[in-house]
Amino acid sequence: MNAAESTARIAVEVKELTVRFGDHLALENVSLSVPHGAFVAIVGPNGAGKSTLLKVLLGLVTPTAGEVRVFGSPPNRVDPQKVGYVPQFKTLDRTFPALAEELVVSGLRRSWPVRIAKEEYEAARRVLERVGAGHLLGRTVSRFSGGELQRVYLARAFVRRPDLVMLDEPATGIDMLGEADMYRLLEDYQKETGATLLMITHDWEAAYHHATHVVVLNRRLVGFGPPERALSERCLREAFGHVGHAHGISLSFGGGDRA
Amino acid sequence: MQRALLAGLAMALLAGYYGPFVVQRGLSFLGSGLAHAAFGGVALGLLLGVEPLWVAFPFTAGVALGITWVQGRTHIRGDTAVGIFFAFSMALGILFLSLKREYTAEAFTYLFGSILAVSPADLWASSVLLALTALTLPLWGRWAYATFDRELAAADRVPVILDDYLLAVLVALVVVVAIKLVGLLLVAAFLVIPAAAARQWSRTFSGMVVGAVIVGGLSVVAGLMASYSYNLPSGAAVVLLQALIFTVSALFMRRI
Repeated sequence: MNAAESTARIAVEVKELTVRFGDHLALENVSLSVPHGAFVAIVGPNGAGKSTLLKVLLGLVTPTAGEVRVFGSPPNRVDPQKVGYVPQFKTLDRTFPALAEELVVSGLRRSWPVRIAKEEYEAARRVLERVGAGHLLGRTVSRFSGGELQRVYLARAFVRRPDLVMLDEPATGIDMLGEADMYRLLEDYQKETGATLLMITHDWEAAYHHATHVVVLNRRLVGFGPPERALSERCLREAFGHVGHAHGISLSFGGGDRA
Repeated sequence: MQRALLAGLAMALLAGYYGPFVVQRGLSFLGSGLAHAAFGGVALGLLLGVEPLWVAFPFTAGVALGITWVQGRTHIRGDTAVGIFFAFSMALGILFLSLKREYTAEAFTYLFGSILAVSPADLWASSVLLALTALTLPLWGRWAYATFDRELAAADRVPVILDDYLLAVLVALVVVVAIKLVGLLLVAAFLVIPAAAARQWSRTFSGMVVGAVIVGGLSVVAGLMASYSYNLPSGAAVVLLQALIFTVSALFMRRI
């Protein structure tokens, strides 16, 4: 494989990334490269720099040192149409008057719609139906449950058919059934498009079962690789200081029962 | 009266257009702060013996830029930044007025507003601001996007910081234009109350803008007519009507 082919197969490349906010060191010397089509779970304790890493990749935070490439370009040069972002839905301003389809069309236009064109409405309807949220068309988002919002945000990310989807704790605040649905939708989207997924999660078990790669972060990179390796007892203990409930899971890791 | 009505309708249009941004961004206090900042500019104009509004425009726009800068650069909340500039500008205004030796009754026109005080120059200023606003119409979508979710908009390369400054300056100009008619004590109501009333029955942000313009327009026409017929202070009449519309909306409209 020549160098160009090798670069083309890398979706995200992070080299010696350090991010400082004043005196606070958020990330220190993190290096990793994510191949195209990977499903990466980012785990780590609170304050480990998980969201900061995502924000650097989105071009929202400038690195203090190091280099970051998304599809071979600096994050703020990447075509935004190639990247879908699913923020934590708890950040939604529920006082803002908006319909589900407006939220989805904002993902298509990268701007808020004054009026929605017929073809935009159709695109929104198709993607909302696909994520099982067709019934939310014409309804205002301020009254949606966590699970409903999560589906609308997923639809909003999928509607532009991104090659890279970044999700910030997408399962927080939704029930187990909703969570299972969400992983199925993500995996279906990935199968169909070959997209790369990067997801912050607190759920080690979900990371183990759904991700192809796991990043264990605690300001520094503690582990990166296939879940069996990255979620080892040593990495978890180093990142979290304990292995908590996952100790039991980690014991069964060797059983090869991954979904 | 005709001039006041035209100025009032221009104001309703402008404040109705910008009000929903102010309200949804949690900047309702900004209108008040900028109105008081305008007082500093008006007082400086009176002291220098030049048309107060021409001094108030750059002065208030400068304060708007200052507030936005402080909000972005420091660890204080937006309302605190407004509070600091609000007091600073008022203090400057009081100082300027005290330096002017003779009694300045004109200052009261700016405090409380007056239909009779609206001059052709004020109408020109409103027209220029309307034209400026028309030029920024293509930016409505990205402003609304950033108002909905600043981070999503920034991730989609919307220049959110530049837009913060642009919006703050435009709101400052609206406030200054409105002062003669409504008075600086009540001018913030124009930005906040019609938008808040429209929110009670709007399902979309664009609908909220249209609603705010309609509420503003109706209250201006009815308020100025009442003011003219019964010799009431114009600003107070308009704002009381706006408050009435808000109350009815909040009580009888199902909040969506």
